[in-house]
Amino acid sequence: MSQAVLAALKSKFGDALLATSSNYGDECVTVAAAKLIEVATFLRDDPKMAFDSPVFLSCIDRLGLSESGPRFEVVIQLRSLSLRHRIRIKVPLEENKLKLPSVSALWAGFNWLERETYDMYGVEFEGHPDLRRIYLYDEFKGFPLRKDYPKDRRHPLVRREWSDE
Amino acid sequence: MGLEVTTSKLEDLVNWGRKFSFFTYPFITACCGMEFMSVAAPKYDIARFGAEFPRFSPRQSDLMMVVGTVTEKQGPALKRVYDQLAEPKWVIAFGVCASTGGFYQNYTAVPGIDQIIPVDVYIPGCPPRPEQVLDGIMLLQKKVAEGRGINQLRARREKLERHRLEQEGA
Ligand code: SF4
Repeated sequence: MSQAVLAALKSKFGDALLATSSNYGDECVTVAAAKLIEVATFLRDDPKMAFDSPVFLSCIDRLGLSESGPRFEVVIQLRSLSLRHRIRIKVPLEENKLKLPSVSALWAGFNWLERETYDMYGVEFEGHPDLRRIYLYDEFKGFPLRKDYPKDRRHPLVRREWSDE
Repeated sequence: MGLEVTTSKLEDLVNWGRKFSFFTYPFITACCGMEFMSVAAPKYDIARFGAEFPRFSPRQSDLMMVVGTVTEKQGPALKRVYDQLAEPKWVIAFGVCASTGGFYQNYTAVPGIDQIIPVDVYIPGCPPRPEQVLDGIMLLQKKVAEGRGINQLRARREKLERHRLEQEGA
């Protein structure tokens, strides 16, 4: 469906793309964090690409999924409402260097999604205008959607004093 | 002796009045709210038990119904609303989420609101049937009439303590 997009990306960026895949109508491209802005800008501004709609942005923690490869993967899904095609961008990230450039300047709709990804996984988006926790409170320690976060670890704000009842 | 008998009888009378005039404060956060609407609406009708007026101001209510999942982030708000309720006050935990956290065992759901405020009646169910809620309200009425609500017991303990101190001082 969107194979023309993949072909265009391949001819423009060539070896700079880490991988591409096309399964069941899902076209994916894997790029390094350093190349992300360049690829994303092309996807937004080229009239043949015209990706105007930010669909979602999130992260995958691959802990235990495979021995090889980096642990985290930020996933960005884009859609073009005018040309009706879509593409998924994946950015692999090592655990000790969880940083990538923010794409919220390109699509304002990613602003809160990047905050959510930061909140839940601790991924830092460089250049984000307001990178704070969005769902959780400031007293919360850690990043709860990481696979190694214990499922019942809580950070209570108030607890009752049983002694005075 | 005479005075004590009269005051305790007076207390009984007042408690009898209280049990038929709950002013509920609905603290509704999740899906159980649908079931709360159902008990409050004419089909099941908590008005039959004198608890028909939801007051959206805690200062004008004495029964807090915590309906639904409470998150850790909401904890301070829950505590604050409870502190503002007029005394004597009662709390019903409506549904398993409010009672125990329900099936949520995670970083954000409070494992039962009794971690934050005292609870008089727990109503199980996900969500509870309206009949269960009515049963819970009747249980609470019984408690109120007998003066066994947590808040009432505390008031009585404090009164006895004051009395004891006065006696010792005298
Ligand atoms: S007890 Fe069930 S119905 Fe009620 S708030 Fe929890 S999940 Fe929803």
